[in-house]
This record gives sequence, C-alpha cells and structure tokens, in this order.
Amino acid sequence: MLHGKAHKYGKNVDTDVIIPGKYCNIIDPAELGKHALEGLDPNYTTKMKSGDIIVADTNFGCGSSREVAPIAIKGSGTSAVIAKSFARIFYRNALNIGLPIFESAEAVDGIDDGDEIEVFPESGVIRNITKGTEYKSAEFPPFMRELIDAGGLVPYVERRLAAKV
Amino acid sequence: MERLLRYINLNLMGMTLTEKILARHAGLDRVEAGQIINANVDLVLANELSAAVAIGVMRGIKGASKVFDREKIALVEDHFVPAKDAQSAKLAKLMKDFAAEQKITHFFDVGRGGIEHVVLPQEGLVAPGEVIVGGDSHTCTYGALGAFATGMGSTDIAAAFVLGEVWLKVPASIKIIYSGTLGHMVYAKDLMLRTVGELGIDGATYRAIEYHGSTIDEMSITGRFTMANMAIEAGAKNGIFHADDKAIAFVKERTDRPFVVEKADADAVYERVIAIDVANLEPQVACPHTPDNVHSISDVTRDDVVVDQVFIGSCTNGYIDDLRIVAKILEGKKIASNVRVIVNPGSQQVWMQAAQEGVLTTLAAAGCAVNTPGCGACFGGHMGTLGDGERAISTTNRNYVGRMGSPKSEVYLASPATCAASALTGKITDPRVLELAGV
Ligand code: SF4
Repeated sequence: MLHGKAHKYGKNVDTDVIIPGKYCNIIDPAELGKHALEGLDPNYTTKMKSGDIIVADTNFGCGSSREVAPIAIKGSGTSAVIAKSFARIFYRNALNIGLPIFESAEAVDGIDDGDEIEVFPESGVIRNITKGTEYKSAEFPPFMRELIDAGGLVPYVERRLAAKV
Repeated sequence: MERLLRYINLNLMGMTLTEKILARHAGLDRVEAGQIINANVDLVLANELSAAVAIGVMRGIKGASKVFDREKIALVEDHFVPAKDAQSAKLAKLMKDFAAEQKITHFFDVGRGGIEHVVLPQEGLVAPGEVIVGGDSHTCTYGALGAFATGMGSTDIAAAFVLGEVWLKVPASIKIIYSGTLGHMVYAKDLMLRTVGELGIDGATYRAIEYHGSTIDEMSITGRFTMANMAIEAGAKNGIFHADDKAIAFVKERTDRPFVVEKADADAVYERVIAIDVANLEPQVACPHTPDNVHSISDVTRDDVVVDQVFIGSCTNGYIDDLRIVAKILEGKKIASNVRVIVNPGSQQVWMQAAQEGVLTTLAAAGCAVNTPGCGACFGGHMGTLGDGERAISTTNRNYVGRMGSPKSEVYLASPATCAASALTGKITDPRVLELAGV
C-alpha cells in the first residue's frame, strides 16, 4: 500500500519541467531526485515527504524520452503518480523502472492539493482519506500486467534470453 | 454466422503502412491496432545520455554480455558535445568504451557525427520498411524514409540491445492528407507546426501519423524529415511517409543494403482522416510554452516581440537546406544589435558542405556564432542556454517551460526563414514582409 499527501498539478506536465535538460547528465537516482519537478515547482522536493503522491491532469510526462524523468520522481521519494492520462514514452518508462502510475480521471478530480491518499497497487484502488472517497484506476492490459508482475522489463528480458538459448 | 462474417471482414480489412511494417517484423500475416507484438528491429540507436543509463541496465541483465548484433546498433555522441563538463565527459567515455568493448560498427564521436537523427539517414543507416527504435523521442524522424521508427526510454533500449526485438502495441493511424502548394517563404516547418496546432500536443498520443497528399509528393526529403521529426510533438508513436522515388533514390545513394518498400492498402483502416489545404498557409509560430500554441505570423507580429537569441539548428531544422535559407536572408547584412544568433549545423557533413558553399562565412560575417554540430542549445544543455527573462526564437521542436534554459525564459518555434528574418530586426518578423521592405 502506498500512502502520502497529494501534490496536485495541471495538464501536460512535460519532461523538461520534471527534470530540466541541464541535469540529464546525472545518473544517480538520489541526485536526480533532488531536482524532481524543479522546472514546474522549485519547492517540490523541500515540501514533499517520502511516500507523497503526485496527482496531475492529462498527458503527464509528455516531451522527451528521458528515462531520468520517472527516475527523478522515484528518486525524490515520491511513491506514485496518479493522472488522467500519461504520455506514451513516460508510461513505458515508468513501468520499466518500477514507478507506480495510475490512470483515473475521477480520482484526479476528487483529490485536492494536500489531501491524504492511499493507493493499493494490486487492485488499483485509490482512497482519499481526507474526503472519505474511493476510486478505481484503469486496468493495465494483460501483457503489461505480466511485465509488472515479473518485476519490470529486466526480468522479462532475462526470461526471453533464457528461452532463446 | 454474424461472428464468422465479422471474422472474415476483419481479416480482409487492409493494413496501414505502419501495420504492414510491424506485421512483417513480428512474423505475422497481419496485425491490427491495439495488438501487442514482439517485433524484430533493424537498428537500435542511443546517444550518450540514453546509452549511459541503458548500458547500466544491460550490465544488470543476467545472461546478457553481448549486444544482439554489433552492426545493428548506432551510438552517437551529440547532446553535450564537446563534453561541457567532467560529468558529461564521463557519460561520453562510458558510451565510447562500450562501443569498443562490443565492437559496435556505427559509433560516432564528436567531429565524425553530429545530431543522431541527422547522422543516421545521412549515413545510409535508415531504409524504407525497417523498424528502428532509439533512446531519443525524435527517433520518429526516420519515418520520412518510410521506416517505422519510435523513441523509447533506456530500459527498453537495453532490452533491444540484447534481444534485437521490442514489444510494441500496434498504433492506430491518423491519415493526414495535405493538398496545395506551399506559398513563398512557407516551409515544411510551418506546415508541421500548423499540424501540431491542429492535433494538439496529445492529439496523436499512442497513434501513428501517416502523411499523404500532393503537397507531400512535391516536398523535399529534408522537409519530410522536419515533418516526421515533430510527430512526437503531437504525442504520436511514429510519423510515416510512403517511400517514393525521391526517398528510394536518397537511400540508394547511401547504402546497397536490400530493403522492402511497403505500401498502405487502399482499404486500410484509419482512426481519423484529416485534410489540410496549405494554399493560404502563412508562416507559423508556436508561442510559449507548448508546441501546439501555434499562430499565424501576422497574429504574432501585431505586437513587437523582441528577442534576445535566435537559434538555428536541431534535428528538426539543422540540414543544409535550412542553413542555405538562413544564409540567403542574411547575405551581406548584419544581425540586429539586440540579438545573438547561434547556429549548430546538424552534422559534420552539413557543416562541411555549408563551409564549401560559403554559407558558414555568410553567417559568421552577419554576426552569427557557428558551433560544433550537435544538439547544443536545443534542450538547454549548453552552448546558448537562456537566462532569466530572456526570449528566443528557434528552429527547434519544443518550447516547454525551461526547455532552453531558465524556467523564466521563453521560446518561440518557427522556420529557419522566420528565424533569420527575426535575426535581422531583433524581433519576431515575417520573412515575406521583410523581403518586401527590402531590408
Ligand atoms: S537536436 Fe534537440 S530535439 Fe534533436 S535530438 Fe538533439 S536535443 Fe533532441
């Protein structure tokens, strides 16, 4: 179960504001985490606590393919992102590196900045403790569920490699 | 019975260009939108930023000591070249060492390459009908030559390095039919900005854009690179053109590798068909802070929009044709005193050709700073980073908050001609008006 305070943002949160280009030569997740969302909200990493959750409108993570974007969010201690929709490459990257992401327009509309949130990754249930409401996020297609259950893309590749020999 | 009919129907339905290519690479007779497949890849690309992460991931994959095919991987140093600091040098070295260790055939160091998406087609590494994945979102550029090409993150690239295949969800396609002839000083960039403006930055998310129409038939290969490049700005997975004689000739000049030219079926199923008449299209400008905030130039120039920097370059408009357009406008003139102009030719080859033709001298004489080929200021990495309160007009593809530097700066996107005209006046300027005024 993931648990934390919601930090709410708008539409089209792009990879340039999630982790500005000048930091893209950093590889260390913790170091990247110090700059998470810096271009959008320079106070994010100081006001958030480990476990907190980013809540955003549509097309979260649009822009570049930089995998350091979800890595920075994860590195900051953020436990999940809930959005109305995600940009394609960000969605893939988040699953691959194990940043939990959830799609639910109702949840986003029903959560205000600062609300206390609980998310159950297995069932996709999102609970707004502050308001006493509950939502269900969109299900992952079966193949992606398999990827997630395998623990990400790396174990999946290991299985494919073993099958190839 | 009804189900049987539907089954037959589905099986008789034609395929889009993207579906045709993906079906062949998945070893299937047919695929349809939404289906998840494993596709073989013809080329895997990474730059020093995406490679650094991908190499780390690959080292952690049990049983993966070697890449699947050392000749089907392209590694290009372009984002922070020449290395801007010790950290960037470390990433560059990491990729260089990996290339040596794995005996990668296509490794391009600074001075021998340039921007990945300019370099690969130029070196004959892209051919029609191929599947190419790259650790960079603008990998979609190669759709200009009739390939399926898409950007991915580093973990996916690491997987492709070792497996030579990727899992993909077959995208539904949006067909865009362009008709009419582009007007004077109106270019492929203007057309693509208009298209992104029409679709919106998430208008084609998870979709393929298939470009059609008489305007496209007449368009140069460079113009098609510009258009395919910005498919991602509408959120698309890929943008693709049919390889016509022009495209086939471009590829054959550069490689003798065999390739298969695919064609969409006449009865292919498209999610949407959009018609765009270009006849009255003015030069277009994407205003801050999204690439779909697109306006006609006459609306933008109604007020004076003074600029501090003009940037000419990137995988969108860093080609020789682009530099020639800029040189023609700047020839024998000086740029405005309030502005600095930074030029990054797209590749070493573009740089050399521009030098031979005298283009670089023209630009330098006008007051432009000409840099080493590479991404440079495009993503705010170095060599032209914007400061607080600064405003730029740029031939690049993205203008999100902080894209070129300070979150308090602004970026306008436009064609090389509009950028060159703006360089002469120091404010955003319609290249047609400037020409009429004889400036
Ligand atoms: S030129 Fe700009 S958009 Fe193109 S690959 Fe480089 S940073 Fe990315």
